[in-house]
Amino acid sequence: MRDVAVVGFAQRQLQDYDGSPQCAELLVPLFAECYEQTGWTKKDIGFWCSGSSDYLAGRSFSFVSAIDAIGVLPPVNESHVEMDAAWALYEAWLKIQTGEVDTALVFGFGKASAGVLRRTLALQLDPYTLTPLWPDTVSIAALQARLGIDAGLWDETAMAEVVNRSLSDAEKNEYAVRAGGSSVADLLARPMFADPLRKHDAAPVTDGAAAIVLAAGDKAREVRERPAWITGLSHFTDGLQLGTRELTRSESASRAAAAVGGLDGVEIAEVHAPFSHQELILRRDLGLADDVRINPSGGPLAGNPMFTGGAIRIGEAARRIWDGTADKVLGHATSGPALQQNLVCVMEGTN
Amino acid sequence: MGKTPAAVIGVGQTHHRAKREDVSMAGLCREAMDRALEDAGLTLDEIDAIVVGKAPDLFEGVMMPELYLAEALGAAGKPLLRVHTAGSVGGSTAIVAASLVQSGVHKKVLTVAFEKQSESNAMWALSVPVPFVMPVHAGAGGYFAPHVRSYIRRSGAPTHIGAIVAAKDRTNALKNPYAHLREEKTVDMVLASQMLWDPIRYEETCPSSDGACALVIADEDVAKSSPNPAWIHGTVMRSEPTTAAERDQVNPQAGRDAAAALWKQAGITSPIDEIDAAEIYVPFSWFEPMWLENLGFAAEGDGWKLTEAGETAMGGRIPVNCSGGVLSSNPIGASGMLRFGEAALQVRGAAGEHQVDGARKALGHAYGGGSQFFAMWVVGADKPTN
Amino acid sequence: MSRTLSAPVTVSFDYTRSVGPVIGRFLTGLRDGRFVGARLSDGRVVVPPPEFDPVTHEATADFVDLPETGTVTSWTWVSEPVAGQPFDRPFAFALVTLDGADAPFLHAVDVASPDEISTGLKVRARWAAERTGAMTDLVFEPAPVEPVETPTEPVSTSSTNETPAEPVTGIVTPVSLDYTYAASPEESAFFRGLSEGRIVGQRCPKCEKVYVPPRPACPTDGVPTVEEIELSDTGTVTTFCIVNVPFLGQKIAPPYVSAYILLDGADIALQHLILDIPVDEIRMGLRVKAVWKPRDEWGTTIENISHFAPADEPDADFDTYKHHL
Repeated sequence: MRDVAVVGFAQRQLQDYDGSPQCAELLVPLFAECYEQTGWTKKDIGFWCSGSSDYLAGRSFSFVSAIDAIGVLPPVNESHVEMDAAWALYEAWLKIQTGEVDTALVFGFGKASAGVLRRTLALQLDPYTLTPLWPDTVSIAALQARLGIDAGLWDETAMAEVVNRSLSDAEKNEYAVRAGGSSVADLLARPMFADPLRKHDAAPVTDGAAAIVLAAGDKAREVRERPAWITGLSHFTDGLQLGTRELTRSESASRAAAAVGGLDGVEIAEVHAPFSHQELILRRDLGLADDVRINPSGGPLAGNPMFTGGAIRIGEAARRIWDGTADKVLGHATSGPALQQNLVCVMEGTN
Repeated sequence: MGKTPAAVIGVGQTHHRAKREDVSMAGLCREAMDRALEDAGLTLDEIDAIVVGKAPDLFEGVMMPELYLAEALGAAGKPLLRVHTAGSVGGSTAIVAASLVQSGVHKKVLTVAFEKQSESNAMWALSVPVPFVMPVHAGAGGYFAPHVRSYIRRSGAPTHIGAIVAAKDRTNALKNPYAHLREEKTVDMVLASQMLWDPIRYEETCPSSDGACALVIADEDVAKSSPNPAWIHGTVMRSEPTTAAERDQVNPQAGRDAAAALWKQAGITSPIDEIDAAEIYVPFSWFEPMWLENLGFAAEGDGWKLTEAGETAMGGRIPVNCSGGVLSSNPIGASGMLRFGEAALQVRGAAGEHQVDGARKALGHAYGGGSQFFAMWVVGADKPTN
Repeated sequence: MSRTLSAPVTVSFDYTRSVGPVIGRFLTGLRDGRFVGARLSDGRVVVPPPEFDPVTHEATADFVDLPETGTVTSWTWVSEPVAGQPFDRPFAFALVTLDGADAPFLHAVDVASPDEISTGLKVRARWAAERTGAMTDLVFEPAPVEPVETPTEPVSTSSTNETPAEPVTGIVTPVSLDYTYAASPEESAFFRGLSEGRIVGQRCPKCEKVYVPPRPACPTDGVPTVEEIELSDTGTVTTFCIVNVPFLGQKIAPPYVSAYILLDGADIALQHLILDIPVDEIRMGLRVKAVWKPRDEWGTTIENISHFAPADEPDADFDTYKHHL
């Protein structure tokens, strides 16, 4: 395997982005930031790959005009996944591993506020037996949360602790769309939205975009003193089926963690848990030790742009390697209802 | 650093129809997958990872359908990727699946692309009105017709060339048991059909199909046990904008660049002499001569001469779309993978009645968006030496 | 004034789904007022039946009938229902495990408040009077408290039960989503210009091409177009298509001509309609001029221009527009 590192990262998170759902105008300054960080121009990028969703934008081929932000004449080597950009990063990493290119710029974008997000996401379910009932994504997470509470795996206090820590940390994150810790007692005193979930247990509807630059070997060393070397990258899926899946576990997260040889030694983990109880599931099933610092950025409960939230976790984790805060970090991404699909990206200061 | 060699060892496809009312989406995919697995001599449990491709989710009204399909496709417990690059997606998906092997990450990858167009209406899904903008959009035919007109003007091609292509591809489809449209067509019949999006006639237009295609791609160790692997000699993707000042929409640079890179990767210096069969994405008949030029099989302005001389028919210098092509079967998301898969069948000597005798190297080609996304591969009967 | 223009868009289609043999069997059961599940290879009884066994990957073939009673294994209270859900007032979604089944499925429970539902609650299906063979044929409601019966054993139906005369083979799933569509700031400037009868283009600061409409990112250079250029409403037809085909959602009655028009001063063509000339006389190079609607009908839209009509000028020479094809 080639040594590949994350060497650039830029993001925007907004409560209510007033621009187009294709987000080209949001991406232009992000690419500029990536060029500034790397000292490159677009000619230095060997491969481009993005993640987004037509249903989020409300139209077919919504990703097509996003590539205008690159400036695509002369043409570029480019691909797109209908997934979170974390999986676009995976495709780009593969492309570098084939030896075809040495560098890649990965991006994701989405304007979740264009529609009613929790309703739109009901279209991810079984179209014959589930979508006709329009189960919204918050309700599905709530069913999962109660299963764990009933089984004694977690309680509302543990969930509130996750929220309180996230929103406190988010105060230091200029991109957070929700921030401000209070106390567990105060959080628990707030009304239920989807019993047993309160509004703060769910990630806020967030618009946004992100870009990540990957580079192999010396290319990476040229950019940064401490590139975030990807020493483990793996993803798995579970079935969607809510009945036959063990919803209080994330088998695919466990598999992904095992596939990279476990997560021992990880100091900081950016975990993509769009609901508070899902962080508790992931900490256990990823096998994160108790002393691992979780989501110092504030995490998804402070801002979770759809189709970008996972990639942002990788970027936030990589930053902690660049600035020397940690020697080994985890960026995690999830996709699909109730943590169906999970990706882990382990990065280290030395390779 | 070179790519790990990879080969197609299994190809499967559905019987493509306007409406496959006998199956669900999962059933449609599994029909193609099970055939590919049987061809490869593998079971689903032996597959390391699954890559799904399809065109816009609005076609089926399911957001990221691979999520709900994961269990039925045997992907639960495996890595699952979903590619979407507009009409080129079937090709891009095959390329992503190939890269899973070529990177050395996996040994046995299954990829499936599908479209169940009968769940909705493609014209609707592609023409959802945009506020403030003139609603002149009229689906894919309406989009491409002006550029066909430009080609005719620029090349001076006689106006019946499109009909020659349509009659050839529809007739070729008679030899393909999986094809959607299987009716003998003559040039006169095509010319007599209704002008839908002038200058494109009804019979020069692809159908709207339900269908799927699946491939099993394996590394050298696994491919050794296959009697007839189709070795991947080169893969390329290139993209450019839908519209840009002075962009060449007839002979797009992304296609030319992709072809040049592909021939270089595959060690091909004269495509027309070295490629034995080409499966080219031709949803409207005139795109055959246009892509012949774009791909470098003919000089600019001369593509139609190959078509007119019968050189693209089976037995010609460069047989194009012996399977009947997109003009005979068009499950959009799968159409590109069908081109890639049919190319593999040719070099494996497994194309049945539409086999080109002794084919050793073949091209699979797909394009999408506004002639702006290109995906191509060259497969060969021999393991690449480079 | 906000930075961008926005407008509502509804994306709506009634999807026609063919369901295949396994889901068809389940939905046929619902239409007939009963639950059909499957016994999987690992022995579990699951409803709805998965189309393929998760372990063997074989098509599901061992079907069982299940009773209409079950137990809530998880629930939530939908305090703010969204369109299309089983109730338009607050209600419960629950995972319900039917008696005799080994796994739950999601459905709605008709209770008036979250105090009336709890994990372990016994529920039973309340069937709609008219059923079509869809999940919407029922909701659950609390079951009356009865003496405990012996657990119902699933009844195998794969060989004993004859297939109903007309099995359900398809369903129609309406999908209607409301979005707010926003134009980019650059496009918004164009549409606002139109509301004043002006056609506003912008020049890319790098390649200096004039774009109409202006672009949030010049597709060649990846930077926004900036410098405003007011363009003529006269131009040249570069190429065109005669649309003869009617289709769902079409806004203009065919036949009509959709043309690329290169406005004088612009470096990219604009798509619009050509009228006031017989369709068979339209040609590449035709000089055309915008025909504006009456001023009181103007809005922030390109539809302020009703169409383009011949400008009564000699045709443009092919060389003047051939690099715009």
